Amino acid sequence: MKNYVIIGGGVASASCIEGIRQIDKSGKIYLISGEGKPTYCRPLISYYLQGITDFKKMKYRPDEFYTDNNCEMIFGKAEKIDAVNKTVKVGDKTIKYDRLCVATGSSPFIPPFNGLDTVKNKTAFMTEDDALYIEKNISPDTKVLIIGAGLIGLKCAEGLVSKVGSITVSDLATRVLSSILDDKCASYMQKVLEEQGVSFILGDSVSSFDKNTATFNSGKVVDFDLLILAVGVRANISLVKDAGGETNRGIIVNDKMQTSLQHIYAAGDCAEGYDNSINARRVLAILPSAYAQGFTAGINMAGGNKSLNDEFPLNAIGFFGLHALTAGAYTGEMYEEKSDKNIKRLFFNDNKLVGFILIGDVKGAGIYTSLIKNKTFLTENMKKSLEKSPSLAILGSLTRSQKLGGVV
Amino acid sequence: MKKIYVNEKWCLGCHLCEYNCAFANSGETDMVKALKDKEISPRIHVEEDGKITYAVSCRHCEDPVCVKSCISGALSKKDGVVTIDKNKCVGCFTCVLVCPYGAVIPTDKHAAIKCELCLKNACGYPACVKGCPNKAIVYEER
Amino acid sequence: MSINYIYPEFEVVRNPNRCICCRVCERQCANEVHRFDADGKVMLSDESKCVNCQRCVSLCPTRALKIIKSDCVLRENANWQNQTIKEIYKQAESGGVLLSSMGNPNPLPVYFDKILINASQVTNPSIDPLREPMETKVFLGKKPNKIERDKDGNFINNLPPQIELSMPVMFSAMSYGSISYNAHKSLALAAQKLGILYNTGEGGLHEDFYVYGDNTIVQVASGRFGVHENYLQAGKAIEIKMGQGAKPGIGGHLPGTKIVGDVSKTRMIPEGSDAISPAPHHDIYSIEDLRQLVYSLKEATAYKKPVIVKVAAVHNIAAIASGIARSGADVIAIDGFRGGTGAAPTRVRDNVGIPIELALAAVDKRLRDEGIRNNVSLVVGGSIRSAADVVKSIALGADACYIATAALLALGCHLCRTCQTGKCNWGIATQNPELVKRLNPEIGSQRLINLMTAWKHEIKEMMGGMGINSIETLRGNRLMLRGIGLNEKELEILGISHAGQ
Repeated sequence: MKNYVIIGGGVASASCIEGIRQIDKSGKIYLISGEGKPTYCRPLISYYLQGITDFKKMKYRPDEFYTDNNCEMIFGKAEKIDAVNKTVKVGDKTIKYDRLCVATGSSPFIPPFNGLDTVKNKTAFMTEDDALYIEKNISPDTKVLIIGAGLIGLKCAEGLVSKVGSITVSDLATRVLSSILDDKCASYMQKVLEEQGVSFILGDSVSSFDKNTATFNSGKVVDFDLLILAVGVRANISLVKDAGGETNRGIIVNDKMQTSLQHIYAAGDCAEGYDNSINARRVLAILPSAYAQGFTAGINMAGGNKSLNDEFPLNAIGFFGLHALTAGAYTGEMYEEKSDKNIKRLFFNDNKLVGFILIGDVKGAGIYTSLIKNKTFLTENMKKSLEKSPSLAILGSLTRSQKLGGVV
Repeated sequence: MKKIYVNEKWCLGCHLCEYNCAFANSGETDMVKALKDKEISPRIHVEEDGKITYAVSCRHCEDPVCVKSCISGALSKKDGVVTIDKNKCVGCFTCVLVCPYGAVIPTDKHAAIKCELCLKNACGYPACVKGCPNKAIVYEER
Repeated sequence: MSINYIYPEFEVVRNPNRCICCRVCERQCANEVHRFDADGKVMLSDESKCVNCQRCVSLCPTRALKIIKSDCVLRENANWQNQTIKEIYKQAESGGVLLSSMGNPNPLPVYFDKILINASQVTNPSIDPLREPMETKVFLGKKPNKIERDKDGNFINNLPPQIELSMPVMFSAMSYGSISYNAHKSLALAAQKLGILYNTGEGGLHEDFYVYGDNTIVQVASGRFGVHENYLQAGKAIEIKMGQGAKPGIGGHLPGTKIVGDVSKTRMIPEGSDAISPAPHHDIYSIEDLRQLVYSLKEATAYKKPVIVKVAAVHNIAAIASGIARSGADVIAIDGFRGGTGAAPTRVRDNVGIPIELALAAVDKRLRDEGIRNNVSLVVGGSIRSAADVVKSIALGADACYIATAALLALGCHLCRTCQTGKCNWGIATQNPELVKRLNPEIGSQRLINLMTAWKHEIKEMMGGMGINSIETLRGNRLMLRGIGLNEKELEILGISHAGQ
């Protein structure tokens, strides 16, 4: 009987359990989690602030998930991996593993701002605790400054805007959501947030903090009551790095989710897998990848054989009812359609769809996604039909009949 | 287990399935009251490929990518049926982004919707199947 | 013509309180009556295009639609009725022959409705069909007059080929071309499941339907469309069509626009060419000529297939039938003047021919009188509308009935009588693939089976009431019938007594 150890209590960890249990129903699974809370998906905390969900509903799996899957929970911080003796040290405990999965996720990155230590009310925006902290420290008059106009910063702004006096979001980049959207699309999304009362300072960075005042490089001065740092995240790689495993921005894994260390796997936001859209390694810190990686790791840990090499960036973001779904790479020839409410951009390369941005009308986006994933060859007519709308017309009658008339 | 299957050979493109679906999931007992002057959000939709038409709804995949991509755990598969817990759903629409059939439908409320075979509503049997005038949509074991 | 003399016949009544603008009516109307006005977000209609087929009415999910007869009428005139005047307007405009479809709609007497069926009371017991066996099976074909034995005294099987039917009803001729592939398939499937026969009509037999051969009558008509050796051998029986009740004395004309794809292939004529069936068979000018064709067909099929000769019910039908009974034919089919059609000149349809009830009674009597009734079986059609019509036909002397309009109604036909336009919204009388697919044979055949099963039950009920447990015993048993409101002459022809006698 194998001993499985999983470090981390997030989504990749849960899917790793599901993967293991698909093959091995009896092996022992130890789960080391520092947060001491049931698994929840981090992005949900902004919806919590907004009041759309609560901690109970946020639970990723039912309460009985861990007991049903015969997992032993060990609350605490994994301090050290001994890859030779195959043990993990947690506090004063040493846990032996046959297969180990590192699903340690990521941590907020806090740049070394001048005077940051003088700011009293400040937090990152990653965990339930962060959300609770924010909730405790706001009133209808609170002036909030959010550093970082990426997904985390903006979702935080969305969650808070109706509950505080003002929100200013700043970013070094000249546009919002710079890693996902280009200028045009970004300004479109920015407008929606501005209409709701969020103000922006873009292409600028804080040069120094002094208690409740931030001074920007441009000389602009912003007073605030609460500072939220959402500059970015860093993969938690140190456990594997220290144990001698190969790391880059994330823990380097192959298509089986194995690290360079024998019997050690990594999955989720801490892992650097393969991005099929750019044919290169990249940390894909998104949920579908976390799930797929964890699940793949689990299968392989339990002796199955599963490869994962069709991952690529997928982002679903939305503010105040305006949704933007994006996928893949924005290279090659672009088809664009724009109206007051919608933007549709499709990127074709080598007669294949390689990426898209949909803002507003996002219905059927998954059909585009699957074409990227399957690298489906597209004729001119198929492209035309895709440009009109995503539909199964693209499959042709025969394949479609099989899909709609058979078991898939 | 029984599922909804579509035979495009018999689809007339009448779109009745969409309206029957919207009605079945409206919670109303009168179709006029449920649908009149409303924009409908059915969980099944009719697509066209030239002159061919066919209805598309959730395939309840063996390996449902929507469930695996759901950030809130709102989507789950039990007894072969993929269902969505609208209380848990926050409306991030990752499921819309990944469903290869376009069968998870975004709504303007904070939740996505999808075909749940009418098992949760008052209809109890897929309304699209019941109302299809030409047996283009069937509910059976395959 | 700048003046439109004819006000639309129907009004499309839409209840705005019920209409949810789902646009099903718009999508389902091949006549393009309905359209959605995006500005006003309402459905609009152009009733001038409406043929009252009620497809929209049937599919409207909120029952927001109904089609009613327009009350905009010309000044009342018992002689110059509205319809008559409108037809004159039409012809004054077009200069053409008026065309119509399906059977004669005019209020001429329906003798079936003036005939009543007997039931047993006291002196002879009725039979409960749910408790006791009832035989509805019939055999069509020539019956030998005497038993023959060989020199050792053994029976010689001298029985000519017979058609076995589980009940005395068959689907009568409707050609592939006049009706759709799916309509044909529905009929074929139902005939097979029911143990009865359907009839190809004169359009040949689609290659897909050869598998239903044992339940098929293959027709040979004046155009000889689709007739070849395999075709003749494919069926259970062969029917020579001499005439049709809806248009006696008239040939057929399927316009070239309908001769497309498989229809052209099945008919063995080039795509786009008009399929013209001559009024007469150009090789038949006498009973002797008919006999030649009958025996040619028998020769071609090794005397294994019964040959049916179908004629329209016209004056002197008894004499005509007598001739046919001597021609070697195994079955005579007689089609009354209410029989349907995919297209016929209105004047012919509405004014030519005689009622099937009278024709049947006259023929049966004549053949009996001449001692040749067993030479042939008699099949009658031309508006058999119910199980009661079947029972009355049998009692008047028929062996079986042909139904077509009733079958089409089961398939969804609403008798709008515009088959000739080819835009049948029910997918029956059309070759437009978008419309043809509206008739799913799985549904269609089941509806036909349901209808026939229901009739069979009813036939048994009525037989049981009369104390008869075999349909053969009912045949020609006119004592079971009484007339009501009929004059002496009519009663004499029908060979029945008046009610109360």
